[in-house]
Amino acid sequence: MGEKPNVTSAITARIDRRTLLLATCATAVSSVLAAGRVSAGGVISDRAAAALAEPAPLTPTPQFEKAFADIVGNALLVEDGLTLELPEEAENGNIVPYRIGAESPMTADDHIARIHLFSTQNPQARVATFHFTPLSGQAAVQGRMRLAKTQEVIAVAVTSANMHLVARRIVHVGIGGCGEG
Amino acid sequence: MAPSKPRVRLPESAAAGEIIEIRALITHVMETGNRTDAEGLRVPRNIIHTVTAHFEGELVFKAELSSGISANPFLAFHMKVPGPGELRVAWHDDDGGITIERYTLNVV
Repeated sequence: MGEKPNVTSAITARIDRRTLLLATCATAVSSVLAAGRVSAGGVISDRAAAALAEPAPLTPTPQFEKAFADIVGNALLVEDGLTLELPEEAENGNIVPYRIGAESPMTADDHIARIHLFSTQNPQARVATFHFTPLSGQAAVQGRMRLAKTQEVIAVAVTSANMHLVARRIVHVGIGGCGEG
Repeated sequence: MAPSKPRVRLPESAAAGEIIEIRALITHVMETGNRTDAEGLRVPRNIIHTVTAHFEGELVFKAELSSGISANPFLAFHMKVPGPGELRVAWHDDDGGITIERYTLNVV
């Protein structure tokens, strides 16, 4: 009889952890939740432990969270006006073509000043920052980036009025390219 | 490795006010700093960290690059042609090397 409370608490702990894991996958606000996950004590089944050991595939790195917060701060993110083109599938993560473009009159008073390109799961979260001027005529850039693994790539454009436009794409990567190992 | 073989492509001529595309490519290893060599020693980072384009001294475009950019970095960007003049593209790498190329744009 004395065991009953223990069983209940173990189940509760398991549900809590699973909920946390799901929440982590769904919201990608990982750092706080991950810390909670690690510090939570109690009995846990092998299956649940295995599930916890596997990181959610699209969970951004803490480095990304910090780099993104450093650029964006508390700014309102407008999910419009910026396009980020990337292949849906990249066989070779060493060379992934990207194209970024923002709608803008590109006048002295109203132009895109910068576009930041982030990877959410590379060793280096900040891939590039591009600066534009009215002389650019068009806020558009293309190039080739490295992707270590399947992940979300995020672009943020900052206007001369300090508005933040954001665009996101998930790229499935065959062979990762970031030169580890 | 110092950057080499810079190549910039832009139209031979353009009209004033026209928006042209400029394509810039350079040969460079873009060593990430994440790799280890055969002896297990870390290969130090060596990348082109900045690319700038100026037209008659005015900034057209600047790119700050990280190790997340592919080897032999390629960039395509634009310029609204203000008139005839010289485009200057510069690539800066971690060794302190700067490769500069100049191109004259004919305005018709």
